This record gives sequence, C-alpha cells and structure tokens, in this order.
Amino acid sequence: MSDTDVQRRQFLKTSVGAAAVAIAPGMLLFDMAHGKSEPVSSKVRWGMLIDTAKCATGCDDCVQACNKENGLSGGLSPTDSQWMRRVDLRDMRNGRELSLPMMCQHCAEPPCADVCPTGASFKRADGIVLVDKHICIGCRYCMMACPYKARSFVHEPLHDQKPDVPRGKGTVESCTMCVHRVDKGQQPACAEACPNKSILFGNLNDPESEISKKIRTVASTQIRADLGLNTGIRYQGI
Amino acid sequence: MLLVLIPAQAATESYGMPKLDIGKGGHCVADPQWMRVNHMKVLFQQRDETVRLGIRDGKYSLKNCVECHASLRDNSVIGRADSFCEGCHRYEAVRIDCFECHSSKRSSALAQQESK
Repeated sequence: MSDTDVQRRQFLKTSVGAAAVAIAPGMLLFDMAHGKSEPVSSKVRWGMLIDTAKCATGCDDCVQACNKENGLSGGLSPTDSQWMRRVDLRDMRNGRELSLPMMCQHCAEPPCADVCPTGASFKRADGIVLVDKHICIGCRYCMMACPYKARSFVHEPLHDQKPDVPRGKGTVESCTMCVHRVDKGQQPACAEACPNKSILFGNLNDPESEISKKIRTVASTQIRADLGLNTGIRYQGI
Repeated sequence: MLLVLIPAQAATESYGMPKLDIGKGGHCVADPQWMRVNHMKVLFQQRDETVRLGIRDGKYSLKNCVECHASLRDNSVIGRADSFCEGCHRYEAVRIDCFECHSSKRSSALAQQESK
C-alpha cells in the first residue's frame, strides 16, 4: 500500500469520526416518547363524579369530544362504535327530566374481565378497565356481561386511526377513560369538553383530591349499585 | 453511526435486499442490523408494558418508528414496495398486521390533515 493510500485512509477515518461527533448531539435530542417510566400503581384509582344537575338537556359536547379524541365515526347504527352516549331520563309520575352521559363505569370488580376467556379485558392497577386488543379474539362475551351496555364491537375494517388510539376490526372496545391522556397528566376529553364542568375527574384514593372531597360531602350514586361492582364513575342528582 | 451504515448498505446491494425509503432516518434506537433481527421482540415486550402497566416512555415505540421512518413522500410506513415496514415484509413474505389497528402515518401529517 502506497504512502498516499495510507494518508488517504487516515484522512477518511478522521473525517468520518468528526462527522459522527458533529451529528451525534443533535441526534441524541431525538424526541423519545414522553410519559412515565414507572408502572401505574393501585395507590391511584381514577374516577369521575358526574353532576347531572349541571348536565344540560340537549347538550352532547362530551360525546362529540369523545368521538373526536378517539377517532370514532359518531354514527348511531347498530354496528357503529359508541363509547359514550347521552341518556335522557323522564320520571313518568312527575315529569322530572334529566340527562346524563353513560359509558364504561370502570368497575373495581369488572364483569367483563371476569368472563373474558383470553384475559384481554383487564383492569389496570389504577382502576381503568381496558381491552388488550392484541389478544382480544372478538368473542363478545364481555359485551354480554356488561350491565351498562358500554362496549362496542368493531365490525368493519378501519382506516386513519388516531396514533394514540389504535382500533381495529374484530376486537371489542369501550371508553378507556382517555388512558393516553391520563398517562400524560391530562384529563379525559369529555371532562375537558363539558361546558358546565359537570364531569369531575380525579383520584378516588386520595382523600385530599377534589373528587374525594365532593363525594364525602354530597350524595352520589353508583348505577346498579346492587351488583356490588364498585364503579369508578359516580353520579350526583339522580 | 456512518461506520455502522456502510456495511449494512453493502449487504443490501449484494444480496438483492429491498431498498427502503427510510424517511427522515437518523440515529436509530439500536443498531440497524440488530433491529432487523429483533424489532418484533422488543415491540411485543414494550406493547405489553404500555397496555398493561402504563409505561409510556420506552424507546421501542411503534409510534416513534413511524414518526422517523414514514416516507417523506406519503408520510406512511406501508403501502409501497419501498415503504419502511412493508418493503422488508413483502420481501420476507411475512404478513404485517400492526397497521390494521395502529396508525401507519406520521402524527404530524395527520394533525395537518385534520386542520384542513
């Protein structure tokens, strides 16, 4: 090998090294996923208190926000997914009317998880009930077990899902309490969208949280409390 | 980084492996050759941790793969013979079903689409 070759090689090596050093710091700034690196813990139990007195008749801002956040079509046919629906109630004897949003109640003892044959339906340590769609086989036992009719089955292939909310044909899905937002420290989309602030989101296990304080002072109801499921969603004024 | 890429490039040419549109590219979370062999294992591991335990800052995130490696032409990692994911998967005849549920588009592109 001639002397020129050696020098040339040396030069190339040095310049490649210099280029790597020059590029590396910028590359290291590459934005990693944000969020916690700790697993969620049962010290937290996420829940909501819904004040039906403040929930305006005819308003469905929470439902719209849910559809937008999670990429749902908003259609109402039997094969469209509905994670949250507005329910209007009327007392036939005295004509009292009220509206409330109805969705997965995030039970402490979720019947959907009990009946799931694959373990796809599960409750996270912080009380959020989810479907692990990677192992859901679409049998829909959970839909039959849920007393709140909160779950939907995806019948058709989907396109352009939200990056944070993967959804796909052949799996069951329901309200995730906007788990992707909660993990970032944000509120669920419905709670944020409510114009009357009638959805209060917070940690039921923290005695100092706003939701715990309110549950201590006002009368709140769990829907179908007789089932003993200990729901994470509580209603006030029904 | 460049030193790692050079042998990989040579291998691509000599074995007739697919040429991929690697999008923005840049420094991968691990050595590219290692990723070719092991990406499915680390993605599976991390997906379980994320879904079940809520750990969201792992480095082997499918969303991050797409963010860097979606083609700059159509913002997607699938759909063409040289797409970052589909290119190799077609070559290896391995069905890829991640994107039946997960978004194959770069999230910044989706945000732009929405604002229109």
